Amino acid sequence: MRYDRRYRKLDQYRFIVWFLSLPLLVYGLFVVSPFLQAFFYSMTDWTGYSSDYNFVGFDNYERMWNDDKFWDAARNSVLLLVIAPLITLAMGLFFAYMLSAGGRSRGHGVSGVAGSKLYKIVYFFPQVLSLAIIAVIWARIYSPRSGALNAGLETVGLDSWTREDWLGSSWAIWCVLVVLCWSFVGFYVVLFSAAMSAIPTEIYEAARLDGAGRSVTFFRITFPLTWETVRTGWIYMGIQALDAFALVNVMVPEHGMDVLPSYLFEKSFRDAQAGYATTIGVALFLITLLFAAVMMRLGRRERIEF
Amino acid sequence: MSLTRPTGDPSTGDPSAPGAGETPAAGRRDSATGAVLNVFSHSFLVLWLVMAAAPVLLVVVNSLRAHGDLVSEPIGLPTGLHWENFSNAWTSANIGRYALNSLIILAGSLTGTMLLGAMAAYVLARFTFPGSRAIHLLFVGGMMFPIFLALVPLFFVLNNFGLLNTRPGLIVVYIAYSLPFTIFFLVSFFRTLPGGVQEAATLDGASHSRTFFQIMMPMAKPGLISIGIFNFLGQWNQFVLPRVLNVGDPDDAVLPQGLAALMVQQGYEGDWGALYAGVTLAMMPVLVVYVTFQRQVQSGLTAGAIR
Repeated sequence: MRYDRRYRKLDQYRFIVWFLSLPLLVYGLFVVSPFLQAFFYSMTDWTGYSSDYNFVGFDNYERMWNDDKFWDAARNSVLLLVIAPLITLAMGLFFAYMLSAGGRSRGHGVSGVAGSKLYKIVYFFPQVLSLAIIAVIWARIYSPRSGALNAGLETVGLDSWTREDWLGSSWAIWCVLVVLCWSFVGFYVVLFSAAMSAIPTEIYEAARLDGAGRSVTFFRITFPLTWETVRTGWIYMGIQALDAFALVNVMVPEHGMDVLPSYLFEKSFRDAQAGYATTIGVALFLITLLFAAVMMRLGRRERIEF
Repeated sequence: MSLTRPTGDPSTGDPSAPGAGETPAAGRRDSATGAVLNVFSHSFLVLWLVMAAAPVLLVVVNSLRAHGDLVSEPIGLPTGLHWENFSNAWTSANIGRYALNSLIILAGSLTGTMLLGAMAAYVLARFTFPGSRAIHLLFVGGMMFPIFLALVPLFFVLNNFGLLNTRPGLIVVYIAYSLPFTIFFLVSFFRTLPGGVQEAATLDGASHSRTFFQIMMPMAKPGLISIGIFNFLGQWNQFVLPRVLNVGDPDDAVLPQGLAALMVQQGYEGDWGALYAGVTLAMMPVLVVYVTFQRQVQSGLTAGAIR
């Protein structure tokens, strides 16, 4: 009876149901349903405080279209989306190549630099810290009177470069950009080092025999062969940059600059415009989608197998 | 997004490994340029080493300086070791309380994430049944959506369940938002485990859940550890979710949230020594976990990018 096929099938389904029901329940309630609701609420005039709301169609979208503050936030977000990956990935590639191919010649090979492991450990450290804590640290550095940045500039004689208010001025977006890049470079050094170490040495050997120097080797071999990883990293970094909420929320004083997530946050939890806030969420979602789609298309190359 | 994994396995990404990052020399001409390049590359590498470490070192050094010194001289060495900063941070600036909150929530959310994630992943990886692909896709699809899209409705979902500003509420939300990547990671891990063991156990009369808990879970230990560290760091560092869903009583703040609030509240007259000591205390557990498990952390987090 126990080993009957029908019994076993039934037993198996019972097991599947009981193992999947709890994860599905939690996930459906707290992840799937809010995502779906968001699209609906973006078409209502819901304040968030009471349970009544009216369906207003695309009014919120129209309002967003004419909202200067939304466009300011969107411009900052897109700026981060484009520039942060550019800087971070370039630095990541540079350091990763230095680590894996910048070493002194030893006999037949040019090896990675000594202590590359230590470099990677230290570079990666900002990545394991909470962005909120990183924001606290850098807010202190940018602080006008007792911050390390102004103090440092004065020490090296660049007094005219100091600013009364780094984070409250038009410099704020660049300050955020620096912190974003600073915290992510190490991650990409590690990621790209891994990709580079997978390239077979024979390819390098052949190139060197043909007389290729190190920069040629990089642009003709290393970069094309790690391209898949670079492209994935680009998408990932872009999405991280769009999210830069913790940095802006903690570092930038109120009425300073906004990025889309922080603008959404203000609209919803300070100004009681939950409906409009979800509209901004939908805009953020569309930008993310568009960005990923463009990157997938732009970056498509023939895949190189080795 | 159909992102492919990097061509190299991140866990073996150590360029100093034999043959890994070696670019063979093209003879004599190279040993000269090699030396120049070596100085060149080392100076850049050292420069970034300093840049990466400096803010963190600044915090640790400043945590031992007196408030007055910090105001007059932002960069400098301690004149004496002001350990009282730490006791001030721990008690009057509430860091101890925030750390405890974080710890309690993490204990629940990490256990829950690992249990629910492993259960779902195991079923999705080892059984075929109608709808299994759709469920897998549903879970994994959650990785693509920006969390901010869900934030406002999530607030009200929690409110309706009476879970807003409560620990169980945060725990269950942490679990829910950790499931996509956890399941994605563990499904591919469970698929690599040999199927024969599972069959043998079934033939010996072990129930499915017994097979799971006593045979498959122990076998999946390396994978569980990797994703466990990933979730530990992610949940310990979480800021957005508590910032929105846990704003009732300031005493209930988790560590990153509490520090951010502390900084704002310190303003111009606060006790910066205590703030720096608080940040140092908050960094310590992460630093210890990271240095202990740095291989797994680096491979786990970089695998996270390739999702």
